[in-house]
Amino acid sequence: MTSDALLSVENLHAWYGESKALHGMNFTVRPGELVTLIGRNGAGKSTTLRSIMGIVGKRTGSIRFDGQELIGKRTYQIARAGIAYCPEERAIFSSLNVSENLTLPPVLKPGGIADSDLLAQFPNLQRRLKSPGTKLSGGEQQMLAIARILRTGARFLLLDEPSEGLAPVVVKEIGEQILRLKAQGFTILLVEQNLQFARRVADRHVVVENGVVVDTLDAETLRTDMDRVKHYLGV
Amino acid sequence: MFDHISIQLLAGQLLIGLINGSFYAMLSLGLAIIFGLIHVVNFAHGAQYMLGAFVALLLLNVLGIPYWGALFIAPVIVGAFGLLMERTILRPLRGLDPLYSLLATFASVLIIEGLMRLEFGSSGLPYRSPMPGGINLGFMFLPWYRGWVVVFSLAVCLGTWLLIEKTKLGAYLRAANERPEIVESFGINVPRMMSLTYAFGVGLAGLGGVLAAPIYQVSPSMGSNLMIVIFAVVVIGGMGSILGAILTGYLIGIVEGLTKVFYPEGSNLAIFVIMILALILRPNGLFSAPEKSR
Repeated sequence: MTSDALLSVENLHAWYGESKALHGMNFTVRPGELVTLIGRNGAGKSTTLRSIMGIVGKRTGSIRFDGQELIGKRTYQIARAGIAYCPEERAIFSSLNVSENLTLPPVLKPGGIADSDLLAQFPNLQRRLKSPGTKLSGGEQQMLAIARILRTGARFLLLDEPSEGLAPVVVKEIGEQILRLKAQGFTILLVEQNLQFARRVADRHVVVENGVVVDTLDAETLRTDMDRVKHYLGV
Repeated sequence: MFDHISIQLLAGQLLIGLINGSFYAMLSLGLAIIFGLIHVVNFAHGAQYMLGAFVALLLLNVLGIPYWGALFIAPVIVGAFGLLMERTILRPLRGLDPLYSLLATFASVLIIEGLMRLEFGSSGLPYRSPMPGGINLGFMFLPWYRGWVVVFSLAVCLGTWLLIEKTKLGAYLRAANERPEIVESFGINVPRMMSLTYAFGVGLAGLGGVLAAPIYQVSPSMGSNLMIVIFAVVVIGGMGSILGAILTGYLIGIVEGLTKVFYPEGSNLAIFVIMILALILRPNGLFSAPEKSR
């Protein structure tokens, strides 16, 4: 474990019912870093985020965040500790309009982005405030899913495949938003399968295979040693 | 064919239909909230309604607290009882097939009703009307209390609907119905919210019981007699549809009243004929929400 880590995951095991998904994950994230979890489908990347957030059925090991142990805590307690989670499928609530979706998460800590600033940062949402949340395009839904967690005051973001299923021009826009968040001081753990996207935004890449971390690559390696990356991802 | 029907008979049955509809709406509203938001088929709803009536009766007879005090105190007591039930019986079953909670609440009905029968007997006990007298409308006599029940239940139904549809708390509840784990990831204590939602639905049943006490005899079986109709109302309106439960409650009460005028022999059957038609033509209910996207 690195002493200056904001998040430190050690020997993390997780299960969905009887099925074991993580087999001893180890990695750290330092304050202000943008780290991606990369790997093949089913490697355990999303499960890692869900485990950090306390959403999987059972987990063992250690997840320390800002000095607090998260194993044993409920999901809402983890959120109150300062972690925000944006799931892969975006989870925009169909019974709420855009405005209600955006303002649903409560302000838990000082330092959250004010609603007016959020709308300035995500201007597409401003025009669709009264629309049902699920009537937005995929890109707009992704923007909404990211925007709403920024108001809580959490400074550590878990983003699960924000580029999934989006057109290249929208992926570029999402990438710019994520870089803007990094510049604003957010620490981000990002699950990503889109290597171009990951390469553009991240400081470090944690490679996950069969529920364990098999390698950690710095941004330069991901740019220069694609053969190594392709070996892991099977591309 | 209907030339023997007088305006007095029609208006009288319409009023009775509206009063019955008020109880149907309030009870099915509580049931719909509980099912729609926490996915529990609360078979104990009728027993909790009965408890509301008994608590009002005991508050009056033992502590001397009149109807108007009981109107606020009894739902809180019954709601607290609901909270206890949720923590001890329903919470351990959360995440399992809803059949388990249905059976658990059904078992609690048998226990609650059995205990009440042991203590108070089977025959009904009277509760004096807090608003005696009434007004002659020309075509019918309207007892003040029955008018109050209609107005008050309308206000409660409207208030509850507004709470769920137009407030932040309601937004949390609706969102938690879709994705509880995501709402919890926003820092909301969803398990506690679920418990309080159940208690609120049970409190509504208790409130219905207090309203019913001066009209019907207070007896251990008063809830069971209603529950079959209430479940039919919820099914017709759409399981979990708040607005559906309210509108269908009043609609069924009125249809039942009108059937008594035009075809009295069929008045008990009308609601179930409607339920069968609704299940065939709109299996998700007349006011069901569209399928939730995930």
